[in-house]
Amino acid sequence: MSAILEVENLRVAYPSRQGPVEVVRGVSFALGRERLGIVGESGSGKSQTGRAILGLTAAGGRVTADRLHFDGIDLRGASPRIWRQLRGRRMSMVMQDPKFSLNPVMTIGRQIVEAGRRGGVSRRDAKARALEMLEAVQIRDPGRVFDAYPHELSGGMGQRAMIAMMLVGRPDLLIADEPTSALDVTVQLEVLGILDDLVRDRGMGLVFISHDLRLVSTFCDRVLVMYAGRVVEEIAAADLDRATHPYTRGLLNCLPRIDAEARPLPTLERDADWAR
Amino acid sequence: MSALLSVDDLSVTFGHGADAVQAVRGIAFAVAEGESFGIVGESGSGKSTVLRAICGLAPVSGGRIALDGAAIPAPRRADFYRRVQMVFQDPYASLHPRHTIDRVLSEPLAIHGFGARGARVEAALEDVGLGHGFRFRYPHQLSGGQRQRVAIARALILEPKILLLDEPTSALDASIQAEVLNLLDRLRAERGLTYVLVSHDLAVVAHMCERLAVMQNGRVVEELTRDALRGHAAEQDYTRTLLRASEGFRKDGAT
Ligand SMILES: Nc1ncnc2c1ncn2[C@@H]1O[C@H](COP(=O)(O)OP(=O)(O)OP(=O)(O)O)[C@@H](O)[C@H]1O
Ligand SMILES: Nc1ncnc2c1ncn2[C@@H]1O[C@H](COP(=O)(O)OP(=O)(O)OP(=O)(O)O)[C@@H](O)[C@H]1O
Ligand SMILES: [Mg+2]
Ligand SMILES: [Mg+2]
Repeated sequence: MSAILEVENLRVAYPSRQGPVEVVRGVSFALGRERLGIVGESGSGKSQTGRAILGLTAAGGRVTADRLHFDGIDLRGASPRIWRQLRGRRMSMVMQDPKFSLNPVMTIGRQIVEAGRRGGVSRRDAKARALEMLEAVQIRDPGRVFDAYPHELSGGMGQRAMIAMMLVGRPDLLIADEPTSALDVTVQLEVLGILDDLVRDRGMGLVFISHDLRLVSTFCDRVLVMYAGRVVEEIAAADLDRATHPYTRGLLNCLPRIDAEARPLPTLERDADWAR
Repeated sequence: MSALLSVDDLSVTFGHGADAVQAVRGIAFAVAEGESFGIVGESGSGKSTVLRAICGLAPVSGGRIALDGAAIPAPRRADFYRRVQMVFQDPYASLHPRHTIDRVLSEPLAIHGFGARGARVEAALEDVGLGHGFRFRYPHQLSGGQRQRVAIARALILEPKILLLDEPTSALDASIQAEVLNLLDRLRAERGLTYVLVSHDLAVVAHMCERLAVMQNGRVVEELTRDALRGHAAEQDYTRTLLRASEGFRKDGAT
């Protein structure tokens, strides 16, 4: 499988009073036209990895990599012009805090239309497509949501608006950071169905960041497990229950279950060695 | 059962006339002292709006909300927030971007006249698994799950009797989620706290709540016990669909 994204030895560091602190410490992977899951501890560097790939690292952060290629284009030191051509058109990211990432003073509809027009679509077609997208992500009342501002939406509606906005440009690469964490399970499956179609039919590459192990193991092809800024395990999604790293193994035990009682829930004894 | 918190025929309407959105359409439930009550349901069905209405933060258009049998005065007074605290679904929006975590946590303590503030802030961060290193950071310097834990710490720090929790662990990985749920469980046992917990994760609700309501389109379509949920003994189609969907994604597209 030819890779659409190649990442080698990606590092992200932020300054602190004690000197630079690395929050991503040498992440490497290649992504084909597939569903790659990233799971891992809160604070392990999943979002920072995604943002660095799209050149969206916060001011002060320093990104280095031995290789960072999107469809043959070297993203290291890419010019603002190159980024304008890529971001939102060929590569997009659904942010973990959708309502914060949406523009608070612009209607949802306008934001989706503008995202769609970056793909060179006329205004009228863009509006029709925006409404279609809102419907596709199971918004009950697309007309109202089109005219609504972000603060007028529920958590899960904001999340779906953001997904609609990122998909309307038909990207080749989508990094989705916890894209369904605020959705009820039935809507969640519908949204995953859309992503699945895009991967299967249009060959989109998908990086799916999630802490939902059940979802990742059933939806993704492969999974990277991150801990303290590193990838500590790579495993076929279907084999997640046969993971070998103690963090991954421990994670599965911690889940509450609908049909069984465990109180208190098992927790993880973290080993300082895991962070080396 | 004498209810500590009760909601009766509650309606919430945003906007007016043709643009009005009826977010909550006459719902009722009652929660006893020391009980934990869950709300699950469709995205956009009004779950957050119900919690916000209890806090006086949504335009109530009908019905009653009572604490200890008495209607809660509007606007809410300071003593209400000593008894009732809410963890918002959107931690980013609820944390001031230019205040350090230290300030986020010590301000409510100062407002309500608590002493030993430094020690309380440290303990609250420790409780949610955040060490000293986080105390003087700003919200944008935290990961999603770290922010969510700050929001939980802020609600707990005033030692309220009732906690309204809106998707409190949706941004946490399984191990941290287990730690936070165990903490909430322990606090409830030790201090006799009362919870209303909104979550789309039925397993979390089954673990945390003795009873739950299922919402769809502004209404409660079914109320059931933990045992009924565990036994998949739901009466409504919508609840059954939720239970089935909780098993994960199926590549054949069947939901
Ligand atoms: N602007 C910043 N300055 C300093 N540190 C930061 C900054 N942004 C993030 N961090 C730190 O980088 C680490 C990795 O953060 P990241 O957001 O990638 O975590 P994550 O794996 O996405 O976690 P979560 O599952 O909680 O969202 C965290 O410990 C976080 O506190
Ligand atoms: N300020 C507002 N103005 C107009 N409509 C609003 C406002 N706040 C919420 N709504 C609407 O009220 C309805 C219920 O929203 P609510 O946030 O309570 O849903 P929810 O059940 O919490 O959903 P989710 O699971 O997605 O968080 C939605 O249709 C939403 O668009
Ligand atoms: Mg994150
Ligand atoms: Mg909500």
